Amino acid sequence: MADVAGPRGRFEDTALLWALTGVVALLSIVPLARLILEALMPGGAFSLGVIGRVLSSGTTWSATGHSLVVAIGGTLLATVIGSAVALAVTLTDVRARNLFVFVFVMPLMLAPQVVALAWIQMAGPSSPLLGALGLAPPLGSRNPLYSPGGIVLVLGVQYAPLVFLTLRAGLRAMPQELIEAARAGGARPLAVVRDIVVPLMTPPLLAGVALCFVSCLGNFGIPALLGIPTNYLVLPTLIYQRLAGLGPGTLSEIAVLSVLIGSIAMIGIIAQDFLLARRDFRTVAATAEARSVALRRWRLPVEIALWTLMLFTLVLPLSALAMTSLVPAIGVPLNASTATLEGYRFVLFAHDAARRAFANSFGMSAAAALMIVMIAVPFAYFGVWRRTRALRVMSLFTEAPYALPGVVLAIAAILLFLKPLPIFGFSLYNTIWIILFCYVARFLALGLRPIVSGYHQLDRTLEEASQIAGARLFRRLRTVILPLVAPAAAAGALLIFLTAFNELTVSALLWSTGAETLGVVFFSFQQGGDSNYASALGMLTIGVSVSLMLATLVFADRLPRGVLPWRD
Amino acid sequence: MARLTVSGLTKTFGAFRALDDVSLDVADGEFVAILGPSGCGKTTLLRQVAGFDQPDAGSIAIGDTVVSTRERAMPPEERRIGIVFQSYALWPHMSVADNVAYGLTVAGVREPERSKRVDAALSLVELAGFAARRPSQLSGGQRQRVALARCLVTEPSLVLLDEPLANLDVHLRAAMEREFARFHERAGTTMVYITHDQAEAMALADRIAVMDKGRVLQFAAPSVLYREPADATVAGFIGEGMVVPATVAAVAGGTCDVDLFGHRATMRCSARTTPGPALVCLRASALSVAPEGTGALRMRVTGTIYQGGHFRVEGMIGADPGVALHFTVPEPCALASGSLVDLAVSDGWVIPGRAS
Repeated sequence: MADVAGPRGRFEDTALLWALTGVVALLSIVPLARLILEALMPGGAFSLGVIGRVLSSGTTWSATGHSLVVAIGGTLLATVIGSAVALAVTLTDVRARNLFVFVFVMPLMLAPQVVALAWIQMAGPSSPLLGALGLAPPLGSRNPLYSPGGIVLVLGVQYAPLVFLTLRAGLRAMPQELIEAARAGGARPLAVVRDIVVPLMTPPLLAGVALCFVSCLGNFGIPALLGIPTNYLVLPTLIYQRLAGLGPGTLSEIAVLSVLIGSIAMIGIIAQDFLLARRDFRTVAATAEARSVALRRWRLPVEIALWTLMLFTLVLPLSALAMTSLVPAIGVPLNASTATLEGYRFVLFAHDAARRAFANSFGMSAAAALMIVMIAVPFAYFGVWRRTRALRVMSLFTEAPYALPGVVLAIAAILLFLKPLPIFGFSLYNTIWIILFCYVARFLALGLRPIVSGYHQLDRTLEEASQIAGARLFRRLRTVILPLVAPAAAAGALLIFLTAFNELTVSALLWSTGAETLGVVFFSFQQGGDSNYASALGMLTIGVSVSLMLATLVFADRLPRGVLPWRD
Repeated sequence: MARLTVSGLTKTFGAFRALDDVSLDVADGEFVAILGPSGCGKTTLLRQVAGFDQPDAGSIAIGDTVVSTRERAMPPEERRIGIVFQSYALWPHMSVADNVAYGLTVAGVREPERSKRVDAALSLVELAGFAARRPSQLSGGQRQRVALARCLVTEPSLVLLDEPLANLDVHLRAAMEREFARFHERAGTTMVYITHDQAEAMALADRIAVMDKGRVLQFAAPSVLYREPADATVAGFIGEGMVVPATVAAVAGGTCDVDLFGHRATMRCSARTTPGPALVCLRASALSVAPEGTGALRMRVTGTIYQGGHFRVEGMIGADPGVALHFTVPEPCALASGSLVDLAVSDGWVIPGRAS
């Protein structure tokens, strides 16, 4: 008999596997390794001098203290709001639940800096909303939100949906019989919550809290808009100012600061991992539909409370933002005769950087989404269906750039790309490519998750059938696997697009002339005092985000359950 | 067309031996069924033959080519075999015609040849008018036939069928069974049919390999399995055979005298049978109520079950707890639970090997 036929068909598999391993290592392990190396060996030689200098500086510790204060404060507020809303929406029979979830989760999909500006416009002396009501603080007085309390308030509202989503998924996964058994045993609703729900829901709640803490800690847009005016610096804004003020010369010190904030975030990440065993409730929702407790005469008051919360935390700030976007100049009262679309015309057509930013943000978000899908579809294929051990380990590393604060990745990328690339001989620093690299690295995990759950829900014999028909790996990927995971991949691509489109943290540190993003232009309008232009730009980005969120509801039925956080 | 040779195939998952020294030789054009309860290793064997898994020991050859050993395995896409999956595995994003055409496209068959062969395959399964439909618009039986057409259109040398009828309802199964038989007759392809349903296996296969706990217990034609089971497990599994301890007395050219609880009967046996204690396999059809006073086998009736036109009578022979027997009597039946009945034994088979 002839010998076994040569392993021709395995070549594609091996080549693709190595390529994927290399790409994902470059995106996740290499930048972070470079950052840690810089902190320990500034300029290439081992030295604790820089670490000592940074750690003995008062600024470092005041920013660290501020970071902890606003992160813990924001987390507490988010926990109170998020868990109360999760209990009400999941366990009771309130009406219009889908609509409420969509609206409540919306801030998570909007740019934090735009939300912060909306709050500034609502509460400040030039607030057209308060002005119209005659309640505005006197002109010249300080906006009450320019304070640690203001940062905590906006962070808390922004990230309450994280606690909500985590806890809600936990509640839905809880066997309904446990509640019914307690009710049958004679327990009243509040006793049920106290004795059954709270003890069982402690792990998902704490996981949501940990996730929320990491997000508050890493947020740049909110403390940038609310803290910088009064020089209340947190670690991300301190890193930003150091880099903007001194340039990349002090990179070693900045690297130490990045490792510092990364280490604090790691505490939260490890806590969350430990509590959830790496299940992420943002995208892996439970499937069971909980039967709800009838509120009877309390239903209307609870519904009014829920929607009032939305009125004050979303509708009024966004209305203020919309009104500011219509004023001809800051301070001019808004009425039918003064309202103008000049701000929109200016940012859309007249301002060069804004026009470039639209092209850059749309282009880079779409490119990042596309590239991540192209990486994640084969990557998840090997990880889930082929159970390739190397890639299952690698998929843990892909979480790091997403979970860690954005400044950490941005500084790591600067260190990696400051020097000219070997072979090519040019530097990616100060080009648009370094931002795109960071987008792909940072949002890879975001795209990977829905695709992984897509593979879990598909029947692998569909691939085996094409294999038996003689199709090699690349053909199977193209003709069978990709079409099957396409809905999940589209959901992932959309999450990436929305997040990258509204992104500021990474691009604020990496932008250069010609490589502005919408976040950067928005931020510079606001810093330059052009709040009306910033508002118009913010309104436009909100319009894009909300339209895309709504558009997904059309094909939501074909998606694995729970991949779109705003769809219940 | 090709023969399939499996020799000494072993596969373990952790401490579990899914396949234990399995050897099979399937002749060119033969229809072989792999029969066994769930967990017996039949699906593991199929996945080995298809190339989805690699063995720990032993080898598989298709035609004259060794395709699987511990060291090397030809990937499934190069084995040129066909599989009909239990779930059908029709691609939901392609039309019926595209599903069937896929293997031809991959093999580089061009139009108009491709369409011609797709049309021919679809009319062979009587689905000529369904080419443009989506799989989701078809019934279970139609999907099964598309899967069959898809598998046969590339004229594979070996076709594996993985419990293809398991998801169909009863009356559709009989029709599909006939369809498979017709196909095999017409195409002449070597077919390996995995099933846990012995009626299916008996109806279709030239030979059946009975598997249990990762081993092939017997590999023989259906009537040989039924009439001459190789061991007690096969005897009990096939046709609900009753395995009863007995003593072989005189052996004479393929038959022997057997002492069955003091009752003497003549039974078939293999040439190697020697006198002494043995296990015999009885069939319900070989048992009947004996006329009074013929000194027959005495059974204590434990229950009767009406099965439409006849009763299944269950009882025990021998000292407590005894050995369970069952047979059928036509309606009306006067045997009540607890009564005693004398049985005539017209046939039996001495299971080879010593009784343990």
